Amino acid sequence: MKKLIMKTIVALGALATALPALAEDLTFWSWRQEDKAQYEKFIKAFEAKNPGITVKFETFEATNYNTILSTALAGGAGPDIMFARAYGGLENVANAGYLLPLDKTNVPALEKFAPAAVAAETVRSSKITYAVPFASQTMLVIYNKDIFDKNGLKEPETWDDLVKASEKLKAAGVMPFGNGTATAWQNEVMVGGIASTLMGKGFYDDLMAGKTDFTDKRYVGALAKLKEITKYFPDGFIGLDYASSQQLFASGMAGMFVGGSYELANFKKQNPKMNMGIFAMPGMKAGDEKLVAQYFDGGYAVNAKTTKKEAALKFVNFLASQEFGQMFADDLNNISAVPGVTFKDALLGEVAELNKHSIPYIMLVHFRFGEPSGSVLLQGEIQKLLSGKATPEEVGKNLTTGLAAWYAPFKK
Amino acid sequence: MPGSPLLARRLWITALIVPPLAFVALFVVYPIISAFAYAFFQWHGLARGEFVGFANFYKVLFTQPYADWTANAFLHNVLVFFALMVLQNGVGFLLAYCLWRELPGAAFHRVAVFLPVVLSTIIVGFLWKLFLHPLFGVVNISLRGTGLGGLAQPWLGQDTTALWALIIANAWHMVGFPTLVFLAGMQRIPGEILDAVRMETESEWVKISKVVWPLVAPSATVVFTLLFVGSFNWFELPYIMAGVDGSPHKATDVLGLYFYRTAFGDQSGSGQDFGAGSALAVLIFLFIAIVAGFITFRLRAREIQI
Repeated sequence: MKKLIMKTIVALGALATALPALAEDLTFWSWRQEDKAQYEKFIKAFEAKNPGITVKFETFEATNYNTILSTALAGGAGPDIMFARAYGGLENVANAGYLLPLDKTNVPALEKFAPAAVAAETVRSSKITYAVPFASQTMLVIYNKDIFDKNGLKEPETWDDLVKASEKLKAAGVMPFGNGTATAWQNEVMVGGIASTLMGKGFYDDLMAGKTDFTDKRYVGALAKLKEITKYFPDGFIGLDYASSQQLFASGMAGMFVGGSYELANFKKQNPKMNMGIFAMPGMKAGDEKLVAQYFDGGYAVNAKTTKKEAALKFVNFLASQEFGQMFADDLNNISAVPGVTFKDALLGEVAELNKHSIPYIMLVHFRFGEPSGSVLLQGEIQKLLSGKATPEEVGKNLTTGLAAWYAPFKK
Repeated sequence: MPGSPLLARRLWITALIVPPLAFVALFVVYPIISAFAYAFFQWHGLARGEFVGFANFYKVLFTQPYADWTANAFLHNVLVFFALMVLQNGVGFLLAYCLWRELPGAAFHRVAVFLPVVLSTIIVGFLWKLFLHPLFGVVNISLRGTGLGGLAQPWLGQDTTALWALIIANAWHMVGFPTLVFLAGMQRIPGEILDAVRMETESEWVKISKVVWPLVAPSATVVFTLLFVGSFNWFELPYIMAGVDGSPHKATDVLGLYFYRTAFGDQSGSGQDFGAGSALAVLIFLFIAIVAGFITFRLRAREIQI
């Protein structure tokens, strides 16, 4: 009898919460203007299964998104569900109390996500997760297969192979690399894409364990090699901005491009005929473990003050489902963070394969929690290195002393 | 009713004054005052924390790394101001004099000089970014084409050239403005004075230094003050051409970019700090207001009424 009463209460309670959920309009904010059509398709799939809930997808320019979202949330006018940044960017919003904590009770699927993915959307001090991670990105080398084939080149197995391939391309009148570093954040990308293998997993583990800092020989040595390979970057690459460097590769003027996996979809769109391949930078010897740098992009978060919590959580659970993850990977050509997703696109499958040998994209993942941030320091220091204003040793020293301002293990 | 036309007139005037006043109050006065208030609080992301007095000001002025960043950005603004004083106002004065003297082609050049001013800063920024492109830019191609390939540079990527590239782009964009103001000033000089001068001397230098320059003093007050305010509020052009980070390694960082980055964060690098950002905004505002007031006061004093 008691059980029956309890059941009735629970049922009534569920009904009571379900009732207002009939005909609920949710707003969903994003910085991905270019993905609007795909997201509307995903939303239709959700709406078909959840009659009564509609989701309106609104996009804002990526560079201003944080500002717009921050302002709206502070003014109590934020969306019900939103794209949230990862790591330090997430903490900025989450620590102000604007996001609804997510855990296995309200989003059960979260439990199966990779720990690194969940960590990206978790505040370090409280260990509370605030968003369902959507994608991971990988820093690697993209190459033009047609150009490589024409010049009889293969993916390099050693650093020497890479140098030889670059020489050959140069002799054939092709720019070996299309990259430029005038846009500050591209410098950080270069370190992730070129230097990860050379600094190695051992360095990363020691750094995290507090046993070493950026003056470590392995790190400094990797930067010296980075500087060396820029010999094969375009003339005046330090004055070449990001958009121009993308064009050099997309137009087939350059053979290789150091960049994120997010470039693949963009290059394919710009030049559908181009055959692309990807590889992880080789080490000095053929047997060295080749590493890429990986990070998680952002996640889907719920506004803590939403009046439509049930509906919003339903939608976020959908965003954490394998059905969504699969659509996300297929339609957006991105590495979905949802576990168990398969990749139709061969290149994406390769990225997922490379991710098995990766270290985190260090500055973004671990050093964007204080000022000066590791990213800001690294971007400036690498620009100094590449324009000959600093040696690799000085870069390592400046990074360490700069970060010591707030990163306890570096404080002497 | 005797009072009603007057009342109607008053109502009419009120109706004209209130909307702009309300607009200014809402979008100018209120943000300035709120920035003042924000600067005295600690911020946890977007949530306002406790009152901290002058701690934010102390932070941006005296603690590292902010102190270095602030000084670096400020010195760049100072450089920009003096460089533009020569390249924009100085050249503008000479151009105005040439146009006023009706040198051959004056009608054409009057339009040509002023045309870039009409372009939006966004267009000018992207245009000059293309001009200065290391591979395909017209600047480097021209240098290579004339056998001066050794001078071709990655202009926007070197700390030695990047800020100057922005300054020149700005001067090209805006030189028409001081030219126009000076030209208007020169055209106001009465013919009798000029006739009197012509009887004394034929020297252009004497004419410029002893007659024209003192008599266009009101124009100079306007363009100097506006240039000062513009140089220290400089934001759009560096933002478009160098990015919010003041790339390369803060060689093009100016107070505007620095404030924006500090307050709102930089998507690819740092978090947001409304407290420090507001403190910077307040300091920039006070600096500009005080110095601009002083400049105006001093320059007004030397103006001659004709």
